[in-house]
Amino acid sequence: MTRLKMAAHLSYGRVVLNNLREAARKELREFLDKCEGSKAIVWDEYLTGPFGLIAQYSLLKEHEVDKMFTLKEGHIPPAEVKNIIFFVRPRLELMDIIADNIRCEHKHHGPPRDFHILFLPRRSLLCEQRLKEQGLLVHFTHIEEYSLDLIPFDSDLMSMEAESAFRECYLENDQTILFSVAKGLMTLQALYGTIPQIFGKGECARLVANMMLRMKREFAGTQNQILPVFDKLLLLDRNVDLLTPLATQLTYEGLIDEIYEIQNTHVKLPPEKFAPKKQNESGRDLSNEPKKLQLNSAEELYAEIRDKNFNAVGSVLSKKAKFISAAFEERHNAKTVGEIKQFVSQLPHMQAARTSLANHTSIAELIKDITASETFFDKLTVEQEFMSGIDTDKVNSYIEDSIAQKEPLINILRLVCMQSVCNNGLKQKVLDYYKREILQTYGYEHILTLNNLEKAGLLKPQTSTRNNYPTIRKTLRLWMDDINEQNPNDISYVYSGYAPLSVRLTQLLARPGWRSIEEVLKMLPGPHFEERQQLPSGLHKKRQQGENRVTLVFFLGGVTYAEIAALRFLSQMEEGGTEYIIATTKLINGKSWIKSMMDKLEPSLF
Amino acid sequence: MAFVTASWNPFGDVFYRKFNLYSDWKMKEDLSNCLIAAAPYAGPIALMINGSHKERSPSLRPIMEIYSSSGNRIVSLPWKSGQVVHIGWTTNEDLLCIQDDGTVLIHDIFGTFKRHFSMGNEVLQNRVVDAKVFPTAYGSGVVILTGAFRFTLATNIDDLKLRRFPEVPGLLRPPTCWAVLMQDRQPKIVLATGKDVYVLDNASCTSVIPPGLGPQVCGFTQIAVSFNYKKLALFTDAGNIWMGSSSFKDKLCVVETNFKTAPKQFVWCDRPKSDNPTVVGIWDKLLVITGKTKETIKFYQDEDVHLVPEIDGVRIISSSNHEFLHEVPPACQDIFKIASMAPGALLLEAHKEYEKESQKADEYLREIKEQNLLFEAVQQCIEAAGNEYEPEMQKSLLRAASFGKCFISNFPPDTFVKMARDLRVLNAMRDYIVGIPLTYPQYKQLTIEILIDRLILRRLYPLAIRICKYMKISELQGASRILAHWACYKVQQKDEPDDSIARAINHKLGDTPGISYSEIAAKAYECGRIELAIKLLEYEPRSGEQVPLLLKMKRSQLALLKAIESGDSDLVYTVVTYLKNEMNRGDFFMTLQNQPVALSLYRQFCKHQEPETLKDLFNQDDNHQELGNFYVRSSYSNETTIEGRVAALQSAVDEYNKAKNEFAAKITEEQIKLLRYQFRLQKESGKTYLDLSLHDTVQALLLDSKHKQAEQLYKDFKIPDKRFWWLKISALAEKQDWEELEKFSKSKKSPIGYMPFVEICVKHRNKYEAKKYVAKVSPEQKVKGYIMVGDLEQAVETATERKNENELNIILSKCTAATDQSIVEKINRAKAQILKK
Repeated sequence: MTRLKMAAHLSYGRVVLNNLREAARKELREFLDKCEGSKAIVWDEYLTGPFGLIAQYSLLKEHEVDKMFTLKEGHIPPAEVKNIIFFVRPRLELMDIIADNIRCEHKHHGPPRDFHILFLPRRSLLCEQRLKEQGLLVHFTHIEEYSLDLIPFDSDLMSMEAESAFRECYLENDQTILFSVAKGLMTLQALYGTIPQIFGKGECARLVANMMLRMKREFAGTQNQILPVFDKLLLLDRNVDLLTPLATQLTYEGLIDEIYEIQNTHVKLPPEKFAPKKQNESGRDLSNEPKKLQLNSAEELYAEIRDKNFNAVGSVLSKKAKFISAAFEERHNAKTVGEIKQFVSQLPHMQAARTSLANHTSIAELIKDITASETFFDKLTVEQEFMSGIDTDKVNSYIEDSIAQKEPLINILRLVCMQSVCNNGLKQKVLDYYKREILQTYGYEHILTLNNLEKAGLLKPQTSTRNNYPTIRKTLRLWMDDINEQNPNDISYVYSGYAPLSVRLTQLLARPGWRSIEEVLKMLPGPHFEERQQLPSGLHKKRQQGENRVTLVFFLGGVTYAEIAALRFLSQMEEGGTEYIIATTKLINGKSWIKSMMDKLEPSLF
Repeated sequence: MAFVTASWNPFGDVFYRKFNLYSDWKMKEDLSNCLIAAAPYAGPIALMINGSHKERSPSLRPIMEIYSSSGNRIVSLPWKSGQVVHIGWTTNEDLLCIQDDGTVLIHDIFGTFKRHFSMGNEVLQNRVVDAKVFPTAYGSGVVILTGAFRFTLATNIDDLKLRRFPEVPGLLRPPTCWAVLMQDRQPKIVLATGKDVYVLDNASCTSVIPPGLGPQVCGFTQIAVSFNYKKLALFTDAGNIWMGSSSFKDKLCVVETNFKTAPKQFVWCDRPKSDNPTVVGIWDKLLVITGKTKETIKFYQDEDVHLVPEIDGVRIISSSNHEFLHEVPPACQDIFKIASMAPGALLLEAHKEYEKESQKADEYLREIKEQNLLFEAVQQCIEAAGNEYEPEMQKSLLRAASFGKCFISNFPPDTFVKMARDLRVLNAMRDYIVGIPLTYPQYKQLTIEILIDRLILRRLYPLAIRICKYMKISELQGASRILAHWACYKVQQKDEPDDSIARAINHKLGDTPGISYSEIAAKAYECGRIELAIKLLEYEPRSGEQVPLLLKMKRSQLALLKAIESGDSDLVYTVVTYLKNEMNRGDFFMTLQNQPVALSLYRQFCKHQEPETLKDLFNQDDNHQELGNFYVRSSYSNETTIEGRVAALQSAVDEYNKAKNEFAAKITEEQIKLLRYQFRLQKESGKTYLDLSLHDTVQALLLDSKHKQAEQLYKDFKIPDKRFWWLKISALAEKQDWEELEKFSKSKKSPIGYMPFVEICVKHRNKYEAKKYVAKVSPEQKVKGYIMVGDLEQAVETATERKNENELNIILSKCTAATDQSIVEKINRAKAQILKK
C-alpha cells in the first residue's frame, strides 16, 4: 500500500514514467534472485540517494536482503548472510576498496560466502581487470550490470544524477556519461517507442544522437513495435546556455534548491520554524535535527506552488489557509449522521493538506527572510543588470566589494562568470583584475579552479571585439521588461525578467521552428541538427484533435529547477500544443554547478 | 488397391513394407570390405574402404568416401592418418573417425578436416579395440573400449570431459557384445561376456539378469538398443532373442530362431507408439524380422547389406539398393488394407469415382456421411498422405481429402495446409540433388529448424532460404542465419579477392537483422584472411563485437578507432590498456596523440592512478599550461617542505611562461613571494600564517596590530586601495579599536566612501560610533545611513531636502505607529509638499 503510494505520482503525467521505474525494479529483483539465500548489500554511498527513488528497503527485504553496509576499507561488518553484494559505480578506487574487503574476509577465514558485484550503470572491463590483477576476480559469482541510467524523479522529470557530468564532458573531454545518456534513451525508447524526430544543439548533443543512431543499428532486427509516446527529442548541451544556471532561480522550488539544496527530491531544513510533531514529545530536544521533507508532485499543494515565482506563492498559501479552515469549519454544519460520516471520511485528506500547508508556510517564511534581505536584493540587482546588458564591460563595484568582504567564493565566481557570459568574454584587463582579486583574497590555490572555468568557457577573455550577447538577447527575447509574476504570460517569470535561453530555444523549436533563428544558433557553440528515425509502418501516430505533442528535452550537463518550471509553464500554455518531459544528467543550481568545476587543493601539513 | 499392398508383408495384425528410396541408387563399393556409417535422419553415408586391414601397405591405403543418401558421392579421399577402428556421425553430421591410438578426427560432410581430439593417453599403450559414437542430450558422445577392456567415454565431444568407467570384474577377453544406453541423461554401457550381462556407469558395475530367460542360455552374442534407448534386445547363442526394456525390468518377449550363429547386424525396427516393435537381424544375405508374434518375415537380399536404424524403421543399404523397411503406419493400413471399409478408404474411393465422373462417388460419400465419419475420413487421408513416399500417392490422398472437405462446413484448414506444405518440403528434400529422404515422422522429430541447418551444412543456401520463406520462418531464425552461414562459407573461397567477397557479402546481407558481421569476420580471420576480416568488420554495427576481434588480429590502431567511434569509454580503455602493454612507451604516446578522445580518457585514468605518467603525457605534447597546473597541484599534494613547494611552484612558473600565460606566471611568482614571507613571519612570531590567503594574512596582521607589516604587504602585493580599506576597517571593527578606526577614516579620503564605516560599526553593534560617519556618507546613501543608525528624524530631514518620495516611503516602512507618530506626520507633510510641486 505504501509502496503504491510512493510512486503514484509517477503515473499521473502524460507519459507514465512509472513504467520506467517498474522496469528498473524488475531488473533489480531478477538480479537479487540470482543470488540465492540471505544477502547483505555493501553500498557505494553515492548510490543510495538516487537508488531510493527506485526501491526502498522493503523491496530489498522481500528479496532476502538482511543487512546493508557502506563500502569502506577494512572489514565488512559481521552479518550472517550467504551472499555479499557490492553495489558500486564502475570506478577503480572502489575496486581497490572491494579488494581490500575481500582480502580481509579471507585473512580471517569468515564463513563461506558468495560475493557478487552489481555495477551501476555499466560494468567495466577496466574495473574487472583491476580485480583480476589482484587475483580476486575469481571470488565473484555474479558480476553484472544494472543499467539504471535514467531515474524517474517526478511525473515529468528524469535524472541520471551523475554529479560530475558537466565537468567530465566539457572540461576533461571524457564523454563516458554521454554513452550512458544514449543507453538510457535506448531503454526509454524500448519502453515508450522509437522517437521519430531528434533535434539537438551542441557537440555533446551531436555525439549522443550519433550514438543513438548507431545503437539503433545494433539492435536492428528487434524492431520496436510500441506506438511512440514521444514525438520529439531535443538534446541540449549545457554549454549552449551557460548563463541560465548562473542566475539565481526565483521560483519557489528553485529558491528552496538555491538555499537548502534539494537532493534526490529530499530537502533538509532548519527545524526552528517547524512545530514539533507531537506536543508530548516536545520534552525531547529534537530541535537540532534538521527537518527532512520529500518534495514532489505527490503533494498536491507543492505541485501547485513549486513552479510559481516566489512572489506569487504567498497569496496561494493564504488562499489555501482560508480554504482549509473553512473546510474544517464544515463540521459545525454537519448535522446528520451521514453528513458527519462524510466529513470524517475526508478528514485524513484534510489533515494531510493542513500539514502540507503548515510545512510550506514555514518554508516560505524561511525563504522570505533571505529574499527580503538587502544583500539578496543587491545581488539580484547586479545579476539583472548583467542579464539585461548593463555595464557588463567594466569592473563591477558590487563584485569588488563582495570580494573585499570575502563573501563565499562560489557567489563571487557565479557573478564574475555571469558578467563574462553576458559580455561574451571580459576585457583581458578586467578579467585579470578579477582573477587577481580572487586569488589574493581566497588563496592562490584557486588558480586551478579559475583555469577550469576558463576551459569551460564560463570565464574568458574577449577575443573578438564584437559582443554578440546583445544580439542573442534581443533575438531570443531573453530579457523581458514587463513581467507578471502572479499570472505569468511568458517563461521569463522564473527569473523575474530573464527568460532562460535553453527554454527559449525549446519554445522556438516547437513554434515557429529553428529555421527562424539560424543566425543566433550559429552564434551559440556547437552544431545544431535534426535527425529522423524510421518508424515501422503502422506505428505512425494518428493524432487526436487537440492532442498535444510530447517532446522530451534532454539537458546534457544539468538543468535547474527554474528551467523545469519554465518548461512546465510551456506545457500548460493553452495554445502551446506541446507537453514537455525533462531529462538530464543532473539536477543542478549555480552553486552545485560551479562547485563541480572547482579543484580543491589542500596543502600537505608540515 | 492391389498395387499398393503388393509390397506389404503381414506380421500379426500389422504389415511391414520395404521400398526403394531411390530407384537408381548405385554405390561402387563392396560393403563387405569396409567400415560403414550412416547418419540417422536420412543422413550421409561414410565408408572407410580397406580400413579394416591391419597391415598398411601404401597400395592399400584406405579410402574415405562420403555419399549422400541419394547415392551421390560427395567426396573420396585417401586416408592418410592412422588405423581407424570405428567411424560414426555426430548429431551435427560431422564424421568421427576413431583411431586405434585414441585420436578422434572430425571431418565435415564434405570430408574437410575440422579438428581432432584424443580419448586419453592411457589408450596409447593398450590401443582402442572398439568404439561407438552415440547421441546424447548434450550433443554427441564417443566411447572407446581399450585393449585392457576398459571403457572411456565422453558425453559431449564439443566440451570434452573424459570419464573412465570402472573395471568389469573378471573381464579377460573383450566382451562378446556391448552397447551404449542413455538413462536420465547419464550414459551407461551394457555389455555381455559369456552369459553375464553387466550395466556399467560412471561409478559402478552392476550385474543384471534379463528376466524371463530360461537357464539354457550360455552366452549372449549380439545386443541391440532401440533408437530412443528405451528397449533392448539380446541374441543368445541358443538362438533366442530376448526383447525387453533397457532397464532390464520388463520382458517384452523371447523369440526362438533357428540360427545358432549370431547375426551380422542386429537392430530394432520400431516406430513411436508401436505395439509391435521388432528386431531385424542379418545372417549372410538373409534379413529376418522378428517380434512378439510368432511369425517372422524373411527377405533374401542379393548382396551384403548394412542396416541403419531410424526412429520409424530401418534403412537398408547395399551396393545397388537403398531401401526403407518399416511397419506400415496405421492411417495407410486403414486406407489401403484389402477390403478396408475405413472412412478414409471410402473417401479415396469416392474421389476416384468422382474423377471418373461416376455416380458411385455419391454412394461412397453417402456411406461415410451416414456414419458421420466424413471428418475422420478427411483426417485419415491427410495423415496417410504424409506417410506415403510417392508424390503421386500423396497427391491422390490429398485430393481425396480436399474433395471430402467440400462436404464439411468449417473444416479447420490448417491440418490440410500444413501437411501440403510439409510434403512439398519433404519431396524437395528427397530430390536426388539434396538427398535427404526423410519420412514424415523423422521430419517431425528432427524439426524444420534442424532440417534447415542440414541444408546449410550441405551449402544448399538458396534452397534453405526458399524453404524458410515458404514456411514463414522469421528472418532472424531463417534467412539471416542462412545468409550468415553462406557468408562464412564465402570467406573461405580462397581464389576470390577480398574486395569482391566483402562487397558480395554486404550486397547480399546488407543490414539484415540478426546478421553478425563479426562472426563472419572471425571466420575469415580463422582462414587467415585478415584483410577480408577487417573489411567485413566495417559492416559490423556493434563495436563491442568489432573491437575484441580487431585486437585479436593485432589491428590495435583500428580497434582504437572503432572503440572511440562507439562512444563506449570502457571499450576505449580496454584498447588503451592493450596498447600500453603491447607498445613501447614512445609509440604508445604517439598513438594517443593522434586520438584526442583516447588521450583524454587516458589522462583521466592517469590523473587518479599514475600522476607521473600524466606529466609525461603533457610533456610529450608540450602542453605547458597543463604542466604548470600539474606542478601547482603537486606543490600542494606531494611536497611537504617549504623548499619543495617553492621548487614545484617555480617549475609551474617556468611552464606558465612557456605557455605564454603571463598572468598565471606572475601570480604564481606572487604566491612564492607570499609563501616565503609567511614562512618568515611564522618563524618570527611563532604564529601560523602559512597557507592563509594574502587577504587573510593581511587581516591576521592587522588583528595583531602589526600595521606596519600589513602596510608592507599592501604595497608589495599591490593590493587595491579599496580592498585594503575594507580589510582594515573590518579588522579594526573586529578588534573594537574605534579610535584607530576614526583615525584611519581621517587619514585620507576613503576610496570606498563612508557607508562601509557605518555598516561595519552597526555590524559590531556600535551605533554610537556609526553615527560619526553618517554625515560623511554620500548624499545618495545618507538616508540609508541614518536609517541604519536608527536616526529617523535625520533621515526624514535628508530625504525631504532631497525631495525624494521613494526614500520617504522607505523610512515610512520602518516606522512603527506607536513610537514614531511625529515622524510619520513629518513624512506625510513632506510627501504632500513634493506632490504639490
